[in-house]
Amino acid sequence: MWKTLTRWYHQLSSPRYFYRFASAVLPWLMPIAVLVLLTGLVWGLVFAPVERYQGNSYRIIFIHVPASSGALMGYIAMGVAGLIALVWRLKMAEVMLKAMAPFGAVLATVSLATGALWGKPTWGTYWQWDARMTSMLILLFLYLGIIALQSAIRDPRQAARAASLLAVVGVINVVIVKYSVEWLNTLHQGATLKLVGESSINDAMKWPLLISMLGLWLLYAANVLMRARTEVLNRERRSGWVATLLAPGAKE
Amino acid sequence: MNPVRKQRLFVVLAILAGLALATALAVYALRQNINLFYTPQQVVNGEAPLGAKMRVGGLVVDNSVQRDLDTLDVTFTVTDGKGSFQIHYQGILPDLFREGQGIVANGTLVSRDRFEADEVLAKHDETYMPPEVKDALEKAGHPGAAQSAGND
Repeated sequence: MWKTLTRWYHQLSSPRYFYRFASAVLPWLMPIAVLVLLTGLVWGLVFAPVERYQGNSYRIIFIHVPASSGALMGYIAMGVAGLIALVWRLKMAEVMLKAMAPFGAVLATVSLATGALWGKPTWGTYWQWDARMTSMLILLFLYLGIIALQSAIRDPRQAARAASLLAVVGVINVVIVKYSVEWLNTLHQGATLKLVGESSINDAMKWPLLISMLGLWLLYAANVLMRARTEVLNRERRSGWVATLLAPGAKE
Repeated sequence: MNPVRKQRLFVVLAILAGLALATALAVYALRQNINLFYTPQQVVNGEAPLGAKMRVGGLVVDNSVQRDLDTLDVTFTVTDGKGSFQIHYQGILPDLFREGQGIVANGTLVSRDRFEADEVLAKHDETYMPPEVKDALEKAGHPGAAQSAGND
């Protein structure tokens, strides 16, 4: 098991191998992700029952929670990639870090926007400077900061090192986002889905929610593979394998 | 692991640990400012300042909501089990406002037992269930039906 994992790790850290892997996986991953996401969304938005107090307005949960969880998970993954990039200086970790930021920023924005739209009919306000909402806004700024840092420094390896440090350090904020509703008084309620113990959501609503989450995570993964593939080509454009790959009539 | 990488790992983890500690201390020190609202216990104990703009939060006590028939005036009592006080508000309450539900009110504390609200927000809990399930739970006397009142 461990051996297989380390072999994978070493193989995927070779840009050329990664390119082949991503090209093989993407044609499958993309349609599966879209299909799973659509299944979850249609089930949740159309067929799931109404909520006892909130009626239909709770349905925004099927977008809000997947987007928020995707933004948080994406940031943790960026932190891990950042750590690998800083310590082991793996090129692929740098590439992955760069590839993960844009979709994560989009998800953080979606989370904040849907949260505001959900807040108005239920809480009675679009926005409060509540610890959960503020830390989520900081998460968006961290994503934007990483994107900005990457594009501000011309040398890709220098840029990756600066962004890696920000990604690693920013993981602290993810912890704050997660636990703000437990440690502090907030308007936002506590976690509904729990890793251990029973979730406080009815099964008829939980399944479409979990499927939407899975679908969005797969879509995120597909997006990262696409971006990383392009980035690999760009970085390795002077290497022999890219030249043969892009030569007219070439096949790989 | 070779020594250079070990050292880099050590440096990165040290930076991370240092910043995590600094953040934890800052959040802890600013706790009262980061908390969105004062709890009824803090209001009753005198920790919340009189006459200043602030937010309070608590659960609306059952049967405490009194609406004026001619105006939009409404008064109700909030509690956290360790203290309670009355809130007066003039305006339209959010849809989710109900007895037993958590609320956050923005306004001024007039005295230790009376709060003048400019804005009332409804909290909602993390429990989601269809109406039929809630009815069934209530009929069976299941504690889950009353859970909506239990969130901080």
